[in-house]
Amino acid sequence: MFRRAPDRIRDQVTFTFDGILITASAGDSVAAALLAAGIRASRTTPVSGAPRGPYCMMGVCFECLVRIDGVGNRQGCLVPVQEGMTVETQKGAHALSEEPAP
Amino acid sequence: MVVGGGLMGACLAWGLARQSLRVCVLDEGDIALRASRANFALVWVQGKGLGFPAYTAWTKAAAAAWPQLASDLKSDTGIDVGLDQPGGFTLCLSDRELEANVDALKKLHNQPGAVAHPYEVLDHGQTRALLPAIGPDVSGAIYCPLDGHVNSLRLFRALHTAFKAGEIDYRADHTVDVIDPQAGGFLLKGDWGEIRAPKIVLAAGLGSARLAPMVGLDAPLKPSRGQIVVTEKAAPFLRYPVVTVRQTDEGGVMIGDSEEADGASLTIDHGISSVMADRAIRMFPLLADLNVVRTWSAFRVMTLDGCPVYEQSRSYPGAFITMAHSGVTLAPRHAYDLAQAIAAGVIPDDISVFGTRRFHVPACA
Amino acid sequence: MTSATGGEVAQTVKDLAETYDVIVIGAGPAGLSAATTVSTLGARTLLVDENQTPGGQIYRSILLAKTADRQRLGEDYWKGREIAETFLRSGAQYAPATTAWGIGPVNDAEGRSIGHEVGVSAGGTARLIRARQVMLATGALERPFPIPGWTLPGVMTAGAAQIALKTSGLIPEGRVVIAGTGPLLYLLAAQLIEAGATVAAVLDTTPRSHWLEALRHLPTFLTSPYIVKGSRLLRTVLRRTKVVRWVTALSAEGAEELKEVVWRAGGQEHRMPADLLLLHQGVVPNINFSNAVGCKHVWDEAQLAFRPQVDEWYQTSVPGIWIAGDGAGIQGAEAAALQGSLAGLGCAARLGSIDDEDRERRASSLKVQLTKVIRGREFLDTLYRPSKAFRAPQNPETIVCRCEEISAAQIRASVSAGAIGPNQMKVFLRSGMGPCQGRLCGLTVTELIADERGVSPDTVGYYRLRFPIKPLRLRELASLPQSDAAKVAVLADLADTHHSKAH
Repeated sequence: MFRRAPDRIRDQVTFTFDGILITASAGDSVAAALLAAGIRASRTTPVSGAPRGPYCMMGVCFECLVRIDGVGNRQGCLVPVQEGMTVETQKGAHALSEEPAP
Repeated sequence: MVVGGGLMGACLAWGLARQSLRVCVLDEGDIALRASRANFALVWVQGKGLGFPAYTAWTKAAAAAWPQLASDLKSDTGIDVGLDQPGGFTLCLSDRELEANVDALKKLHNQPGAVAHPYEVLDHGQTRALLPAIGPDVSGAIYCPLDGHVNSLRLFRALHTAFKAGEIDYRADHTVDVIDPQAGGFLLKGDWGEIRAPKIVLAAGLGSARLAPMVGLDAPLKPSRGQIVVTEKAAPFLRYPVVTVRQTDEGGVMIGDSEEADGASLTIDHGISSVMADRAIRMFPLLADLNVVRTWSAFRVMTLDGCPVYEQSRSYPGAFITMAHSGVTLAPRHAYDLAQAIAAGVIPDDISVFGTRRFHVPACA
Repeated sequence: MTSATGGEVAQTVKDLAETYDVIVIGAGPAGLSAATTVSTLGARTLLVDENQTPGGQIYRSILLAKTADRQRLGEDYWKGREIAETFLRSGAQYAPATTAWGIGPVNDAEGRSIGHEVGVSAGGTARLIRARQVMLATGALERPFPIPGWTLPGVMTAGAAQIALKTSGLIPEGRVVIAGTGPLLYLLAAQLIEAGATVAAVLDTTPRSHWLEALRHLPTFLTSPYIVKGSRLLRTVLRRTKVVRWVTALSAEGAEELKEVVWRAGGQEHRMPADLLLLHQGVVPNINFSNAVGCKHVWDEAQLAFRPQVDEWYQTSVPGIWIAGDGAGIQGAEAAALQGSLAGLGCAARLGSIDDEDRERRASSLKVQLTKVIRGREFLDTLYRPSKAFRAPQNPETIVCRCEEISAAQIRASVSAGAIGPNQMKVFLRSGMGPCQGRLCGLTVTELIADERGVSPDTVGYYRLRFPIKPLRLRELASLPQSDAAKVAVLADLADTHHSKAH
């Protein structure tokens, strides 16, 4: 959905999204890096499971929520990519544990 | 005429309309103190009535009548208020805490005229079997099978939606400034104009204090401020309500509960939020990474002994006052029994015990 | 606290002091200027900002920009460099990647206000920091643009595309449609075209009638700086893409992501395949912080938004809390910088660093400049006022509250069921209770209620917001200081059994 301007390719940073290896530029937010990799939806809503992707890119809309290094509901547009990060789709509400509800 | 459109006023209005009365509710505007909006949504029996056995009985009956209320609201409005009564827990984080809670329940069950409620004292292992997500710091719990919770926002919405069906005249932005008792009734006045009614019920929570003396009634309140911490939606992990931690049916987790004798300021005390958050995490460690989205502070409608006040004015019969801080738990009693009593104009014994006379009687040994 | 090059940059919350004279929140032009002003006049100053580098939204990533960006993004953007660099030399401490989430009063033993306590969070750790004065420079956000399908992946704001471009040099691929009203529409179209994107269409929703109304303000506009920039942009865009005017309805269609944009113009429906739809109908003050702090707000009918009430020095109705820049009312970046400086002077006088006479003297040329840069604003406000249809959606299926997925139909129906204001609406439908805390639905909900009731948005009011205005983790909250009084409030006579793990 987005491509990088050739003069803006900075130092490479690699991370995974749902297990897939993605290459980004240092300084990218996680949300920008995902968009640059062609990923349009990075979460499903807790209310209806609808797919959502970043909307405002400035930390206001909370649509870019992703799970980063095991912590859910992080605003991807406010977190800079780090080498080796594990990013995952935020599936619905913040998952707490593997235990089923009693 | 019901003065007050919160949970108390709304339950009474709905109940009074079912008694075939013509009901009008006078409510404040969109921004008002509204204790109803800050509640914890518990339908709670355990521990109620220490020093006042009639309150234990009143509360037990309320919990037992809740399914009827939920069902009636569902058929009136189509709205399911999400009542769930699987039993509830008081989780304790130290042996002393558990002991103190057990002692209080023993006292409650041994007091003169005691009304019993079932309960079990559980150790860590037994609690864990029922609540697998608890942390190692939980020393034990008290479980009461009569406890539960409801979606209080939907309850509020259901009652207001029912107003239309029951042809209840609901008027917002109608704060009552003055009530003039007159021959045959009462004249209520505000900057919106005036309105006359033969019977009035003061169900305005904290607002009742100002109005009560105008009709020969008493509103003996003491300042009580509480705070709540609310989190984002989480995947379901907790079906049972815990007295200070519950997961709503929408997924958010509510964490309470505090009490300060402050009637003046609603400024959030972060220290209180911190202690509550700390305890919640020790009870359920998996809550630690959940995002807090809101902290609330509100004044409770707290009478001098914490038990309800229901009374008809002696000097101006036809004027009633109703106050309670457990507006959710007691909703069925308000909607059915209290409404019936007010409609009949006669307060039966099991309600008149909640009159203000009890505050004037010197305490017995 | 001043080093050879200026103030320090805080790496963690531990680097922050217990107390400051002034805490400024927001590193856009207003915040940078305010912090520079008070710090230069001797106040111990901290500037807190959520982003990694200074500039706010309008000057995003300005210090990372290269000369190629100057061409791509324009001279106006480049102006931000000096403001940011001046700030970094000012001696103020700078805390980037730090979110401010709350402000509370600090009173003395007699209950008199002596300052404020600001809740901040960085790197997963929260802290409470005190300041005598707090300056909010929280800026603006895009006006909500609720159209059917606006929640589909592939629909974003114009601002989002600019951020992607400025920060990461990202250029949209595939067919881009830009829709809405306001000067940014054409600016963005020109920037994207310049960068090599395929802008398939610009759909202009500016109501035809507005041109006549705006003519009143045309004389002032013609002498304003906007006119030159405006006409050049317009020519570029008209030459290089399809511009459709007087669009009266808009929607995004697709199963799980955007596939087509549908619009109505000239009494007819049109559709076009698209990969990216960028929406923009102006910006509005970001009032979440000022609202939660308890500042009085007024409805600005010209700008169709709520803004905090401020005096001539930009102090709000809460003593010791100031707000300048777009957060106080949309006037643009240049005005924001000037307002920040003026507010800084007001605050410095409050602190006693300068006297009133000195304040007047320093302010006079700033005030003259401010009058100049906002000339032409009224013309823009009148011309680009979004039409009612795009503020209070008629299509009942349109999602209004994105977080809780509440539709316009549900909102309208709840008004007659008794939800006469946005706070009652919250109770009925949970609108505004999601993570964005009303930033994307607040104005729409207010306008829908106003529409249903036939009253002004001023009468209806807005959500009453609460702290934290940005989320923090429960564990962060649990690690804040716990007083004995707090333990008693929670545990009564069992207070002494509470031994916090965090301490």
